[in-house]
Amino acid sequence: MHPLREEVPPSPQPNGDELDEILTFGDPLTRRRFLHRTALTAAAVVAVPALARHASAESPPPAAAPASPAPPAVETGTMDVTLSINGRTYPLKIEPRVTLLDALRERLRLTGSKKGCDHGQCGACTVLINGQRVNSCLALAACHEGDEITTIEGIAKGEELHPVQAAFIKHDGFQCGYCTPGQICSAVACIAEGHAKDEAELREWMSGNICRCGAYTNIRAAILEARDQKPAIA
Amino acid sequence: MNAFTYSRAADPAGALSELSARPQAKLLGGGTNLIDLMKMGVEEPPHLVDVNRLAALARIEEAPGGKGVTLGALARNSDAAQHPLIVQRYPVLAQAILSGASPQLRNRATTAGNLLQRTRCPYFYDPAFPSCNKRRPGSGCGALDPGYNRMHAILGTSPACIATHPSDMCVALAALEAIVLTQGPTEQRAIPFEEFHRLPGDQPELDTILRADELITAVQLPPQPAGRRSHYLKVRDRASYAFALVSAAVVIDLEGDAIKTIRIALGGVAHKPWRAKKAEAALVGKNPRDEAAIRAAAELELADAKPHEHNKFKVELAKRVIVRAVGNAVA
Repeated sequence: MHPLREEVPPSPQPNGDELDEILTFGDPLTRRRFLHRTALTAAAVVAVPALARHASAESPPPAAAPASPAPPAVETGTMDVTLSINGRTYPLKIEPRVTLLDALRERLRLTGSKKGCDHGQCGACTVLINGQRVNSCLALAACHEGDEITTIEGIAKGEELHPVQAAFIKHDGFQCGYCTPGQICSAVACIAEGHAKDEAELREWMSGNICRCGAYTNIRAAILEARDQKPAIA
Repeated sequence: MNAFTYSRAADPAGALSELSARPQAKLLGGGTNLIDLMKMGVEEPPHLVDVNRLAALARIEEAPGGKGVTLGALARNSDAAQHPLIVQRYPVLAQAILSGASPQLRNRATTAGNLLQRTRCPYFYDPAFPSCNKRRPGSGCGALDPGYNRMHAILGTSPACIATHPSDMCVALAALEAIVLTQGPTEQRAIPFEEFHRLPGDQPELDTILRADELITAVQLPPQPAGRRSHYLKVRDRASYAFALVSAAVVIDLEGDAIKTIRIALGGVAHKPWRAKKAEAALVGKNPRDEAAIRAAAELELADAKPHEHNKFKVELAKRVIVRAVGNAVA
């Protein structure tokens, strides 16, 4: 039986403005507030795949989480990995099988990067590595020592939104918001690559980011507008 | 994902000695296929050798002695597709690379990883299916009728396996007659592209002839004659970011209005990039704008096709893709 598939009571819903803020910017303070409020139920979020449990295998489970499964039979130990993320250095002790996405979300609490498909098909986990967009779900954290990693939390310049973030708000480039951090990271790189010439080019070069709400029209409008402004990074 | 141990190779010799010492180890490049297969439980290597720091294998450069261009095993797909040597001399390769996967995946995916990627046959990719001769030799083929075989092969299949090779890049490399350069513990090999990937026969678990203790170091692209025409055409279920139903890479050298040499490779129809040699032979001396002649050559090539319940459409589609790709190459 899957330990994470238990029925959970519905979470208290944040108001719309707050949710937009959290999902669009991944702002750590806003997010932490949200997480704190919903911690009792968020720890048992139904959609967290089994892989996530490996990432935090050696840390005690959150109090309200369902019982953790037994540790894997083959124990290959942990290794020291130092990651450079959004200009900060994070020393980690992790198993080599921990993906960059799980390291970000489960160990570093940088939960702006989202786990959608976990197979490199949806783009919700997109981050920038040395300025290039990649699927963090298919990257092992151990492979990226020495690389400069930028997540949605590092896209804004302090309080100043990146032009792509501002344009997503202006053009309503999201509905549920789950794909938005990945869309924004991907769009920042797409513009930097010079692949945002027109709608047709964006359709092709943003095809690695799926939006199940179908906000594509507004996403393209946002990227085209942001393209012509000076980006804060990348 | 299974637990495994991890090491980083500092140079090709280090990677080779790791492979020799640990026969079950796998090399980790971009990881866009291997990590996914490990998550699925299809691959469970006890050890990964990270080769991402072998910078010498990431180069794209002129081969010495006018032998064309050397595309390093670790060159990322996105770097290859925008490198001036590739864009200017081998545009069909750039087209094929850019028609595959997504920008995020191409930023990580490597040359060697593209050659070694596994089929996306769902019976192979999901261990919940009990039958797959490629994943568990002798367990049968779940894709054969009455299985669901819409994406499967129509040429060169065997009773053991009807999987397709998923790559676009490799279809172009087949048409370009590239050479796969490998380094083993004692010898280097230069393997013609056509020989590198296998047909399934009765050993579908073997995709290629690469040995377990061998490292791909580069793919060599032969020099291109002046005036060469080429095109990559991919037909898929959606406009972007989907595997090919059928694709074709076409390379044509003309003499006046007649075809002097033509190479046609098909994707999505076989266990390996399929060189349409019957069609090629039939087209020498013909005018590439003579659509009836191209259609006749395509008919000849597909005469041997063995479709299954859900992929009968691929036979006609492959013919049309050949006609359109040749037409586009000389348009």
